[in-house]
Amino acid sequence: MNTIKKIAGILWIAIGLYAGYILIVTQAIPKFSSPKPEDLIPAIIYAFVLTPIIVGGLVTFGIYALQNKYDTTEE
Amino acid sequence: MDNTKSEKGIASVIAASSLGTLIEWYDFYIFGSLATVIATKFFPTGNPTAALLSTLATFAAGFVVRPFGALFFGRLGDMIGRKYTFLVTLVLMGLSTFLIGCIPSYEKIGFLAPILVLLLRLLQGLALGGEYGGAATYVAEHSPEHKRGFWTSWIQTTATVGLFLSLLVIVSTKGAMSKEAFADWGWRVPFWISIVMVGISIVIRMKMKESPLFQKAKDEGKTSTNPIKESFGNKLNFKFVLLALFGATMGQGVVWYTGQFYALNFIQNTLNVDITQASNILMIALAMGTPFFIVFGALSDKIGRKWIMLFGMLIALLSYRTIYSKMYDSGSVKSKTEIIANTKVTTSIAADVKIVGDSIRTTITNKEYADGTKYVETKKVNIHADVAEADEKKDTKIDKVANLDNGSFWSLVWLVFIQVIFVTMVYGPIAAFLVEMFPIRIRYTSMSLPYHIGNGIFGGLLPTIALFLSTKAGQVNEVAAKTGTALPYDKPYLEGLWYPIIIAGVCFVIGALYISNKDRNVND
Repeated sequence: MNTIKKIAGILWIAIGLYAGYILIVTQAIPKFSSPKPEDLIPAIIYAFVLTPIIVGGLVTFGIYALQNKYDTTEE
Repeated sequence: MDNTKSEKGIASVIAASSLGTLIEWYDFYIFGSLATVIATKFFPTGNPTAALLSTLATFAAGFVVRPFGALFFGRLGDMIGRKYTFLVTLVLMGLSTFLIGCIPSYEKIGFLAPILVLLLRLLQGLALGGEYGGAATYVAEHSPEHKRGFWTSWIQTTATVGLFLSLLVIVSTKGAMSKEAFADWGWRVPFWISIVMVGISIVIRMKMKESPLFQKAKDEGKTSTNPIKESFGNKLNFKFVLLALFGATMGQGVVWYTGQFYALNFIQNTLNVDITQASNILMIALAMGTPFFIVFGALSDKIGRKWIMLFGMLIALLSYRTIYSKMYDSGSVKSKTEIIANTKVTTSIAADVKIVGDSIRTTITNKEYADGTKYVETKKVNIHADVAEADEKKDTKIDKVANLDNGSFWSLVWLVFIQVIFVTMVYGPIAAFLVEMFPIRIRYTSMSLPYHIGNGIFGGLLPTIALFLSTKAGQVNEVAAKTGTALPYDKPYLEGLWYPIIIAGVCFVIGALYISNKDRNVND
């Protein structure tokens, strides 16, 4: 089980990066280029709040998994 | 202290904590439920600055301020104490809500009105961010180990009961006055009512004592001096914060939002059901489902928290498309048999009071269906004096309202009820689960942040992402229809569900792989 947990870390990093792509490409960039001024706020929130939290969080989680930090035999 | 007496003591702790948390949720939701009327009073259409402030109020309160509130008040709660911190959040929330109901409209005080609304909405988000963690921690730290899931599940009912109460107060206020009076001043009543409930709750909470576990830690000098650094700067704890987020609260957030807000939104906007009838469907389903928070909370004391939450996520993600497909079949007039002979169409033309020379053509179509459902479509088309100004899309406004028959109404109630059961499975045991994951000295901070990111961000993103997905599918179908090719999406209105399905799926796998079902210690 601990080997699966470790290897799955790669998957969480990949999902984190893909989530970043979705948030930036499909949500933030179209809103940054929108002529409507009210689109600026969600664009900023997508790019500078949500992306760091979601991408940063999932990638860090993946790295921790790869480093065996969730290995139950260590506890 | 004998067992009965201690249970009585815990019951009063639960009552005092739950009442305050319930009121906070009520306060937070009435703003969302009255968003349309608030927009007309404070954020006039066509004004770009007002639109900007409105967007800030919507996005910032949920996505930015809620997690910030979790950090701010979590830190206070771990340093000063649970009791005083969640007393402050209650006062902050109550005052903000009451004051929103007192702000003069944009017509009377101009831009000061939307600015004040925005500030107060941000304060609401901040207070909510601090409340939940405090209440859950406080109750859990009073509860015996074998009943912690049961007792904390009372706190878990408050979000749903708060939503129920907000709908009930709004529907009752609407019912007690004319449409015009509600639009004029009646919408303020639900905001004013809050101050009475908050006042009662404050008096009750002030009589409460500090959490015994926190008090002991404080007396022994074991509380943290920098809870934020210890929670998120220490890898040993931070890995559990990430696990709580991605293995539990992320999936719980989307299941919670789908089963309640998305369901209501789907009934109102996709099925075009009358707003009062839609609210009634949700209210009945919530009333029927709420006791199951307690059932699953208590069950988690016997079989563990992990698999109840994860099983809730799993059946939710496996059944969402079927449930929403059935909802569409039950509620949409497109799937009903029309009685053509009873269809009535009336057309009238009146001068446009806003633009001299222009006029508005109104076509009202009344339809009846074999099952008893009634449907009214009001189409308004602006007719410009200058033909060059004509723009079919901009000039046409269509309002659709369906009044469902009894059978369709109850089918929707049952289908929403099933979703509320999923909500109770993922949400009922989660307070006990989060509290048991973190040590006393940094518990309030450590559990509040993943909870509010999971709910506020992953749950809060649901309407936007789901709308994006279903709109995109609809557009692709439109292009295909124009070019005469086969439609790629059989049911484009179901495409938005991929967001909660994928998020809950990822969360399920992470939870199943990494979460322990054994940690029941809150004394660490």
